[in-house]
Amino acid sequence: MLKLPIYLDHNATTPMDPRVLEAMLPYFVENFGNAASRNHSFGWQAEEAVDYAREQIAQLIGADPKEIIITSGATEGDNLGIKGVFEMYATKGNHIITCTTEHKAVLDTCKHLEKLGAEVTYLEVQPDGLIDLKQLEAAMKPTTILVAIMYANNEIGVIQPVREISAIAKKHGALFFTDAVQAVGKIPVDVNADGIDIMAFTAHKMYGPKGVGALYVRRKNPRVKVTAQIDGGGHERGMRSGTLNVPGIVGFGKAAEVARLDMAADTERISKLRDKLENALKQIDESYVNGNPAHRLPHVSNISFKYVEGEGLMMGFNKDIALSSGSACTSASLEPSYVLKALGLGDDLAHSSLRFGLGRHTTEEQIDFTIKAVTDTVLKLREMSPLWEMFKEGVDIDAIQWAHH
Amino acid sequence: MAYSDKVIDHYSNPKNVGTLDKASKSVGTGLVGAPECGDVMRLQIQVDEVTGIITDAKFKTFGCGSAIASSSLATEWLKGKSIDEAVTIDNMDLVEELNLPPVKIHCSVLAEDAIKSAINDYRVKNGLKELVFEERIH
Repeated sequence: MLKLPIYLDHNATTPMDPRVLEAMLPYFVENFGNAASRNHSFGWQAEEAVDYAREQIAQLIGADPKEIIITSGATEGDNLGIKGVFEMYATKGNHIITCTTEHKAVLDTCKHLEKLGAEVTYLEVQPDGLIDLKQLEAAMKPTTILVAIMYANNEIGVIQPVREISAIAKKHGALFFTDAVQAVGKIPVDVNADGIDIMAFTAHKMYGPKGVGALYVRRKNPRVKVTAQIDGGGHERGMRSGTLNVPGIVGFGKAAEVARLDMAADTERISKLRDKLENALKQIDESYVNGNPAHRLPHVSNISFKYVEGEGLMMGFNKDIALSSGSACTSASLEPSYVLKALGLGDDLAHSSLRFGLGRHTTEEQIDFTIKAVTDTVLKLREMSPLWEMFKEGVDIDAIQWAHH
Repeated sequence: MAYSDKVIDHYSNPKNVGTLDKASKSVGTGLVGAPECGDVMRLQIQVDEVTGIITDAKFKTFGCGSAIASSSLATEWLKGKSIDEAVTIDNMDLVEELNLPPVKIHCSVLAEDAIKSAINDYRVKNGLKELVFEERIH
């Protein structure tokens, strides 16, 4: 029996895996110690649990446990990684390169640093969502200290050519930072093979708890340091003070372990479901898949259904299916997704998009239900869309003088 | 954000979806909004040339649920009104009836604009003077 509502918004967050919850439970009431208490067993127990979790997290990304700095999540990781490098390497330069489809936690951090004297280059992406490596190469300067390009995009799922990007950064003596929130735990990420110097990621996107994340900071070849943004007791090798969230960290560790062990099987199953969904929805006239299909996360599909508006579309099934739209009719600006616009999509297509984010618990039955619900709603809304009628009559919609408001 | 029951009802069972012959002299058509803004409304009225009463109204809307509901409700209200009465429909009446939240008020403004635009289209076709409305900032 199909249970409703169906959750297809796994890029926003994921449900916690019951195995993760089980691992966390002893660390609330019984083993409540402060991992920084060095003189009694309560502290030792907590420290041991954190050390173990740190190993589990490190193993998932091919890092050394000492390279894992625990944070409150990826927004903090993005801030610490970028601001921390800007401060630490101020004598080497002030130039940062990023791209226009980054998460706001990266873009707004860069904008903040511009006010403090940073020079930031925002690379445009190609229509498939990937950056142009030649443009990156051309943007490198002697003052470039950091290249900050995300591993995989949260809206369209495209995976950037991380190895090529890190090689270019290295060649020019800059560090490479990546926001890998959507990638870690979903696809193999190896900080050494990928040439990553600093990387932000978080537990709740991989079936772990909210409120805990990590910043990978390379210790060898080169040894990287970031200036702390939160000062205090000198935790996390002085890079991030604050009492450690022991149950959260334990949960993060377990989630990382499960992700590592289940990744191959999960990916195979989920990508088949994603392809089934996508192939069925592509059958609808005037529907377009956004982002490079060959370099994409296995669980994401972003599709524009031309001539219907995304929010109106979601309303047709949002009591049964949870997903996201690139439209933003509720925001004051009425601006659609800046990521989709950065791909060069017209506002009409950007307003007409849905993001499907599948996950570990998605079933074929859910996908079949979703295909039908989305198809029916698109067809129904097109019957009441003046744009669809014009399109069918051969009217050139772009040639109409619309009254912008 | 949760939609009101009335918005959901109009969205699920929209009233008066369709197309009238825009070439007809007795039909007034208003097409407002823009695809880039995520809202396009087309509202049409069929007017009895003798009495000036709106005998039929149809809409098609590209937009969110509130935009669809606003235009659906507008067509309901238009039917049976004279074109002079119809001009007085205010967007805040739509807001109140549909319980639209502040972020959706622009949907009702668009519906009001569509009504006025349809009436003017009819007036111009029938040799009447175009009404001038106060410019409003959306």
